Amino acid sequence: MKEKTYVEDINRSMYDFRNEDKDNFKIAAGLTPELVSQISKEKNDPAWMQNFRLQALQIYNQMEVPPWGPSIDGLDIDNIVTYVRPNTHMKTKWSEVPEDIKDTFEKLGIPQAERKSLAGVGAQYDSELVYHNVRDEVSQMGVVYTDLESAMHGEYADMIQKHFMKLVKPNDHKFAALHGAVWSGGSFVYVPKGVHLDIPLQSYFRLNAKGAGQFEHTLIIVDEGADLHFIEGCSAPKYNVANLHAGCVELYVGKNARLRYSTIENWSKNMYNLNTKRAVVEEGGRIEWVSGSFGSHVSYLYPMSILKGRGARMEFTGITFAGAGQNLDTGSKVVHAAPDTSSFINTKSISKGGGISTFRNAVVVSEKAKNAKAAVSCESLMLDDISRSDTVPAMDIRCADADVGHEARIGRISDDAVFYLMNRGISEEDAKAMIVSGFADNVSKELPLEYAVEMNNLIQLEMKGSIG
Amino acid sequence: MSLLNVNNLTVSIEDDENLKEILHGVNIEIKKGETHVLMGPNGAGKSTLGYALMGNPRYVANSGEIIFDGKNIIDESADKRAKAGMFLSFQNPLEVPGLPLSSFIRNAVESVSGKRVKMMQFKKDLAKNMEVLNMDSEYANRALNVGFSGGEKKKAEILQLLMLSPKLAILDETDSGLDVDAVRTVSAGIKEYQKKKDGALLIITHSTRILESLKVDYTHIMVDGKIIKTGDASLVDEINEHGFEKYIQESK
Repeated sequence: MKEKTYVEDINRSMYDFRNEDKDNFKIAAGLTPELVSQISKEKNDPAWMQNFRLQALQIYNQMEVPPWGPSIDGLDIDNIVTYVRPNTHMKTKWSEVPEDIKDTFEKLGIPQAERKSLAGVGAQYDSELVYHNVRDEVSQMGVVYTDLESAMHGEYADMIQKHFMKLVKPNDHKFAALHGAVWSGGSFVYVPKGVHLDIPLQSYFRLNAKGAGQFEHTLIIVDEGADLHFIEGCSAPKYNVANLHAGCVELYVGKNARLRYSTIENWSKNMYNLNTKRAVVEEGGRIEWVSGSFGSHVSYLYPMSILKGRGARMEFTGITFAGAGQNLDTGSKVVHAAPDTSSFINTKSISKGGGISTFRNAVVVSEKAKNAKAAVSCESLMLDDISRSDTVPAMDIRCADADVGHEARIGRISDDAVFYLMNRGISEEDAKAMIVSGFADNVSKELPLEYAVEMNNLIQLEMKGSIG
Repeated sequence: MSLLNVNNLTVSIEDDENLKEILHGVNIEIKKGETHVLMGPNGAGKSTLGYALMGNPRYVANSGEIIFDGKNIIDESADKRAKAGMFLSFQNPLEVPGLPLSSFIRNAVESVSGKRVKMMQFKKDLAKNMEVLNMDSEYANRALNVGFSGGEKKKAEILQLLMLSPKLAILDETDSGLDVDAVRTVSAGIKEYQKKKDGALLIITHSTRILESLKVDYTHIMVDGKIIKTGDASLVDEINEHGFEKYIQESK
């Protein structure tokens, strides 16, 4: 008979190493006002933040879990440890970071990337930043890149109070409320008027503790005419209990400013990734999202852009790869709230080995958004008969002269194309990997080189299974 | 010694879950460096033979042997057959978005040879062969066959042939849909392959234009899943003049 090549499940050993929990401070599992107050105290919150957390907890307790989307029954918040402080304070030199934590980031290639191609790096381990550094020339330009905790006590305290969870309010949904109550870590970035950063800033989030949650908050303000590329990476080792990630990203893009926000998310497959990201864009400004979702057991992720000023633009390029045991519900939402705004959403999804990938997308055009242009294109590729791919588009158009287009394509990997490549000596699994990489090509083109390489490696790993 | 020996090959395709036999016992022998032409009316099973020789999993070989280079390869997958030195130029080459032609060919060359190719040398070879085929060098960076015209697709097939230098190339209607100039260019490429590698050819064709500049050793006529006549190059001219009608009648 013909040789049969099995495409095995991913070997995640390059992400799966885990460190012992040692000497760290862990709060008890679960969620009560006492625990939330304790987090506040441990983190030395200003008074307004203490109150904010308790109010958010109240909202959390009043809200229901969303009735749509993948099941999160496997997630029991009473078993999640919401705050795990590593056994170190934030350092600005890698050499001062404790050995086991430094090792982790070495394996993930973070210090190397910093030396080569980044303007600044933040590294979060469980609930707190363990490393943060920006190049001197970058801080001399007036760029602020720091952890949110210290920023709340410094000269930007007012700016943070003015913006923190104003774009994503705790009553937005249950997990936004949870985030408001127990958030910890993340980054604060401020790029002053007219400043252009030619090389990116990057934050990397690593969740090491078993059964824990990570709730980092990213707040970025790009002032008028400024330009920033921010990269976010995430990973975690796999445990047999549920971990939770409920981060929140708030992006303020000023007049004629540009922000590019790139993410490669590769959480382990026991992770519930319930993440909220939102941007507001002023006149003539531009937000560009590049989003790769590879990991997690369940994801709910729909970065939203509010085009508030005339001529504001957004571009969303995303890819989702759902393998065995994964149910990834991803997409994008855009609100056109001003004239001459434009949005372009381009997503690809791949499902394999029984994985489920759903593209959920919403375009809202308000009465004020004369001449708005919105184009949505989504393509899905299923690699076998047991996988699933769905598209759920929503359009709410309240302006007659808006130009809105939607295009969706769902297909199976073509046996003929696989045979064609095999005809040239390429093995079945290589042929499939080449077709999938090609399918993802327009997304990898949007990523910085190192991340494009990482994404390609992830695809190769997903396609070929056990290596080493 | 013969390069390819097909003995009493029967082949079926899946048709609504039933197997339908298309080839009913085909015999063919090709020696190193020979050029064979396979002609026949539409639906005779010519392309099926090409696919079956190359191991398309949808074409099931029920019985018979395919001996290539001394080995029965009937159970081998397509990539193994390619590595053994077989090549099939597709009648309708497939499009693979996002996969640049040049990196595809480089991967293929590395797979077939089992060796890493040096980038500089590869680029030089590729450029040289593209010149033989009158291909704009810009095509090297374009996604495989995506947005290529019919003629460009066929040229890209012959480019792969030249880069991979197989022992046997099966060309399935490589000349169909091409204008006179493109046929001439493609022919030049095929000639180059013959000359360089002493490569053997099995050319499936309806027309004779592509054969004009090639020296044909044998001509086979296939009707209804069987080769019913084998002759020399003159058989091509005869078909050209009188068509297949006589052979269709004979086979009934």
